[in-house]
Amino acid sequence: MDLNRIDILEQLNKIFVELLDNEEIRIDEKTTQNDVEGWDSLIHIHLVVALEKRYKIRFTSKEIQSWTNAGEIINSVLSRLV
Amino acid sequence: MKSFLQLKKNLKCDFTNLKSVRMAVLGDTATQFLVQALRGTGFDFGFDLIIFEADFDQIERQVFDTASELYKFNPEVVIIFQSTHKLLNKFNKLEIEQYNTLADSQLKLIDNIYQALIRDLKTKIIFYNYPEVNDSVFGNFANKTDSSFLFQLRKLNYEVMQYASKHTDFYLCDISSIQNQVGKSTMFQPSIYINSEMVLSIDVLPYIASRNLELISALYGKFKKCLILDLDNTIWGGIIGDDGIENIEIGNLGIGKAFTEFQYWIKKLKNRGIILAVCSKNKESVAKEPFDKHPDMVLHIDDFAVFMANWENKVHNIRQIQNILNIGFDSMVFLDDNPSERNLVKENIPEIVVPDLPEDPADYLEYLYALNLFEIASISNEDTDRTKQYQIETLRTEIKKSFINEDEFLKSLKMVSLVLPFNKFNTPRVAQLTQRSNQFNLRTIRYTEKEIESISLSKEFYSFSFTLEDKFGDNGLICIVILREMDEINLFIDAWLMSCRVINRSVENFVLNIIGKFAREKGFTNLIGEFIKTGKNEMVKDHYLNLGFKQKDKLWILNVTDLKNKKCYINSKENGFEQN
Repeated sequence: MDLNRIDILEQLNKIFVELLDNEEIRIDEKTTQNDVEGWDSLIHIHLVVALEKRYKIRFTSKEIQSWTNAGEIINSVLSRLV
Repeated sequence: MKSFLQLKKNLKCDFTNLKSVRMAVLGDTATQFLVQALRGTGFDFGFDLIIFEADFDQIERQVFDTASELYKFNPEVVIIFQSTHKLLNKFNKLEIEQYNTLADSQLKLIDNIYQALIRDLKTKIIFYNYPEVNDSVFGNFANKTDSSFLFQLRKLNYEVMQYASKHTDFYLCDISSIQNQVGKSTMFQPSIYINSEMVLSIDVLPYIASRNLELISALYGKFKKCLILDLDNTIWGGIIGDDGIENIEIGNLGIGKAFTEFQYWIKKLKNRGIILAVCSKNKESVAKEPFDKHPDMVLHIDDFAVFMANWENKVHNIRQIQNILNIGFDSMVFLDDNPSERNLVKENIPEIVVPDLPEDPADYLEYLYALNLFEIASISNEDTDRTKQYQIETLRTEIKKSFINEDEFLKSLKMVSLVLPFNKFNTPRVAQLTQRSNQFNLRTIRYTEKEIESISLSKEFYSFSFTLEDKFGDNGLICIVILREMDEINLFIDAWLMSCRVINRSVENFVLNIIGKFAREKGFTNLIGEFIKTGKNEMVKDHYLNLGFKQKDKLWILNVTDLKNKKCYINSKENGFEQN
């Protein structure tokens, strides 16, 4: 299970690097939307779609709004992978 | 199709040297991603789209307030994207007895938007139609009652087509057909809509942007004019040289149905003005046999403007076809079932479009439908008999070989030209010619039908259209000149352009004789010409020099006071020429 969290965080980082076109971005489980320059509502939508594609899952509308940090995104992904 | 992310990467590319177009995007849902997709796709289509994106849900405010940012921006193209979801919201709020008025009232709004825009802006309007949403309140009965949303939605999509057919500069971008192609679950993602007010999914944006840019390309004169076809296993199954006429698959034999339906599609393209040509590795007599003798062939020899069947390589043959038709490679499409032939052509003639036909001929049509290769912005009567004109041109070329002396040949053609100012009958063709002529075009200014109409009514402009007819047939309207009064002595040549089919026929001299005389009789001293270089009009860079104009800075000046008539072999057709 722990390995999975690390995997997903790694994917999340990759997606952010691509979406924001910024190689320096590094996020961890505590990172919030305010910590990352450029993580606006539009990028957020794009992030949702990218994760859904990557893991072949669909988030609910509420989940998309509910996340307060990257860790919670990972929780959402994990809960759908089980 | 590129992904949205790839399109976003395009935004960082160098847009200089691309054709810039000022475009306003007005939507009643969130359009930020759409705007990025449009600009990114524009790059791949050769456009630098300068986009003004109105704030969210501001269509009416921007359009009906002439002091709005939209009017300050002064767009050349306005995109109006009213979503089906907002339309459904509107419907939901109606009283029961008003349900059946939705389409009519929405059409009225669309008309108001159109009228307001064209009153104060010189712009084309691209309106997105409505992808279907069925609220399933009535089930199948929705089709039987005009108070269902589905009934009103389909009615509106139909009425807006009627509307577009009657209003110039109003174009529909058919995003509803994209939903039919990709499916609603790809088109629309409810969770994203609820969270962001975006009704188009990220995956469908490249399709929408492409469809939109195809339309813009056509509006700006880039579109396909010619379809070049291989024969064996492309328009019939089997190899005519090996299998023989009784064994090729067409009609009821084998998978002949696929080829029959494919030929009907090609025939429809021909009927709407696409020039057909054959390029096949075959003995000519063998290749022609099915067209003459096979009862199930839909296409016939006279559907083709050029027929190249020989053992030369296809690159050579396609260059020959280009030479005869005198149109750009970028306006041609080549269809061939053989991947190695396709690659050879792609490598040697990169401008030509060579679709990678699917392996199974049964898939040809669906594949080609989705590519939407044959976008067009307008049609005129001349489109339909274009093949005939090219066939006649081929004949002329043959005859010309028998003359040693060029003058003798031209004389033998017995050419006549009808010279008329622009009028309501020739306006569509005039506008079309300004959109399409790239090579013989001195300034390459494009005009819409509405602009042509206002030129014909203006006191400041003098307009001339020329037809050309000879003993072989009528080429129709082939040349346009627009003169603008600069002051009492100078007449500026605002437009001088000609169809390439009539090059080397002394039309330039004839035209100069006409406009020179006109200028003189109206009391002007000089004709002022200008050459604006584009990537395609090299052909006319010495046009004014050859006609005796003197260069002054960037302009060319010709004194018409004692201008002698230039030699030409064209006579004016009897018809009073009255200007304004």
